[in-house]
Amino acid sequence: MASETFDQETRLPPKPKFEAPAERMAAGGELMALRGVTRHFRTRRHDTLAIDRISLSVNEGEFVCIVGPSGCGKSTLLNIVAGLDHPTGGEALFDGRLIDRPGRERIVVFQEPALYPWLNVRANVELGLKIAGIGRSERKRLADRYISLVNLRRFEKAYIHELSGGMKQRAQLARALAVEPRMLLMDEPFAALDAQTRDVLQQELQEITSRLKTTVIFVTHNVREAVILADRVVVMTPAPGKLKTEIAIPLPRPRGPDSHAVVDLAARVRTELQHDIYAAQSAEDSYAI
Amino acid sequence: MPSSGMHGDEPGIALTPVDIDTTSVPRGGSTTARFRELDASGLVLKALRLAVFYLALLALWQLLYSLHVWSPYLLPSPSDVWHSFIDYVDNGLIQKAVRASMQRLVIGYAISILIGLIIGMACGSNKYVDETLGSLVLGLQSLPSITWLPLAILWFGLNQNAIIFVTFMGSVGAIAISARAGVQAIPPLYRRAAATMGASRYQSVRYVLLPAMVPSMAQGLKLGWSFAWRSLMAAELIFVTMGLGHLLNLGRDLNNMSLVLAIMFVIVAIGLAVDRIFFARVEAWVQERWGLEAA
Ligand SMILES: Nc1ncnc2c1ncn2[C@@H]1O[C@H](COP(=O)(O)OP(=O)(O)OP(=O)(O)O)[C@@H](O)[C@H]1O
Ligand SMILES: [Mg+2]
Repeated sequence: MASETFDQETRLPPKPKFEAPAERMAAGGELMALRGVTRHFRTRRHDTLAIDRISLSVNEGEFVCIVGPSGCGKSTLLNIVAGLDHPTGGEALFDGRLIDRPGRERIVVFQEPALYPWLNVRANVELGLKIAGIGRSERKRLADRYISLVNLRRFEKAYIHELSGGMKQRAQLARALAVEPRMLLMDEPFAALDAQTRDVLQQELQEITSRLKTTVIFVTHNVREAVILADRVVVMTPAPGKLKTEIAIPLPRPRGPDSHAVVDLAARVRTELQHDIYAAQSAEDSYAI
Repeated sequence: MPSSGMHGDEPGIALTPVDIDTTSVPRGGSTTARFRELDASGLVLKALRLAVFYLALLALWQLLYSLHVWSPYLLPSPSDVWHSFIDYVDNGLIQKAVRASMQRLVIGYAISILIGLIIGMACGSNKYVDETLGSLVLGLQSLPSITWLPLAILWFGLNQNAIIFVTFMGSVGAIAISARAGVQAIPPLYRRAAATMGASRYQSVRYVLLPAMVPSMAQGLKLGWSFAWRSLMAAELIFVTMGLGHLLNLGRDLNNMSLVLAIMFVIVAIGLAVDRIFFARVEAWVQERWGLEAA
């Protein structure tokens, strides 16, 4: 098979192709680990402690959602795992190795669709593969596969400004998946979408990632979204962000947005969060007085 | 099961109503066709107006000629100009001159794109380069490029490299300035997306930065081109070795006003043609890819 050279090159284990698992297995070995990771931002005017001694471990095949109040350092954490930013303390490991730079085994899906307007959907998807040095025919095969997977076949020739917001996020997802990363890092990818599109994309993402067994860290503000998608929800405290609790979500998949179990667990996560938000607010108030 | 239709062969089933509602099928479709029709009739009208205007101008010229306001040596008739154009096409001098001029222009312009991009990108991405080299480029912009000719002749000797150098100096500033603006206008997200895909420095320049600069560069490239064209003509007029500027001078030496006018028309025609054929295409490309946001 033509993909074998690619797999060797990227050290990717051969993917099990398209056998639909009944449920995600979160029992793989540890893929990513943060050990006491701290990120301090020092600028001329501010001295911000964005995240404070965070330790977190994510297993192969696991879907972890991170929720936390605005400004608690979720994006910072994701950027560190992506290798786009570096911790000022502690260490971030991927597959046992220190993360020192971005790499296509850890792909970020951004909140705003970071697609290139001069390329059509297909060329955008193929660009990641081109950067990875994959030959033309293999590029075509992978692009075909992942464009179909996100249901964009009909629009593969369209330019980015011709797509709706939801389609842009699908295209971005296809581009991220096409390089067959070992880990997807998603930073509020659906935050800018309307509720209906968001529901649909949540269902699709569940379906795609459980089929591909991709490991995902997914940042969101939306508690219900976190419960629908995650095997485990990580709650962070207000700035400076620390790990507050982790809540396992042992619900069977697929999960609908309105099932009782989802609503109940979402309520639990929300309580954890709100507690903090009120605490932070009263702290701020006492400052102000 | 949400998996029904997830990756079937009929994406229509899998697509949500949301997507179908909010997006039209790209290109084609009845609305665009209607716009195109409107466009076509608009274009015909415009062409008609232009034709009337220029025919009137031509008639006026012919009238002034027939009234002998000026002697024919000073103001030849349109047909005189046309005949000397034909004569010089027949003896091949115009073709030779166009070839010589275009060759210099293309070489000078190509070098200035290359150097201009390098300077502009360096200024756009590094504060210290911008402060130093950037200020030099801006300062030199106030120097008419033809003033480089004496220096160029001393440096390169009496050959066409001197002319190419003047052409280059004419356009490099405009291109560097627009490249600088182009780099600075690139959304940081573009670079981050390239970085997360593991792009090397070279790859992110080639696949992301350069194409992302095109919309803001289109204007600068065009400006650079017209500066190059003007500088070239000025240089060829002063320093005579073949080329259209040489033919103009020849017309003056021979007291051949109709040749002078014919060559001037050729110069205008080439300028217009390049603008319409090349730069209009670049603009259409940007429009197609970026949509209205770049317009
Ligand atoms: N490049 C930077 N320079 C200085 N401070 C920064 C930088 N990036 C982030 N910060 C600070 O770090 C803190 C955490 O920011 P971050 O963007 O990670 O929060 P977040 O949890 O993603 O917030 P949101 O939910 O609003 O996206 C904030 O106080 C922010 O001001
Ligand atoms: Mg954020």
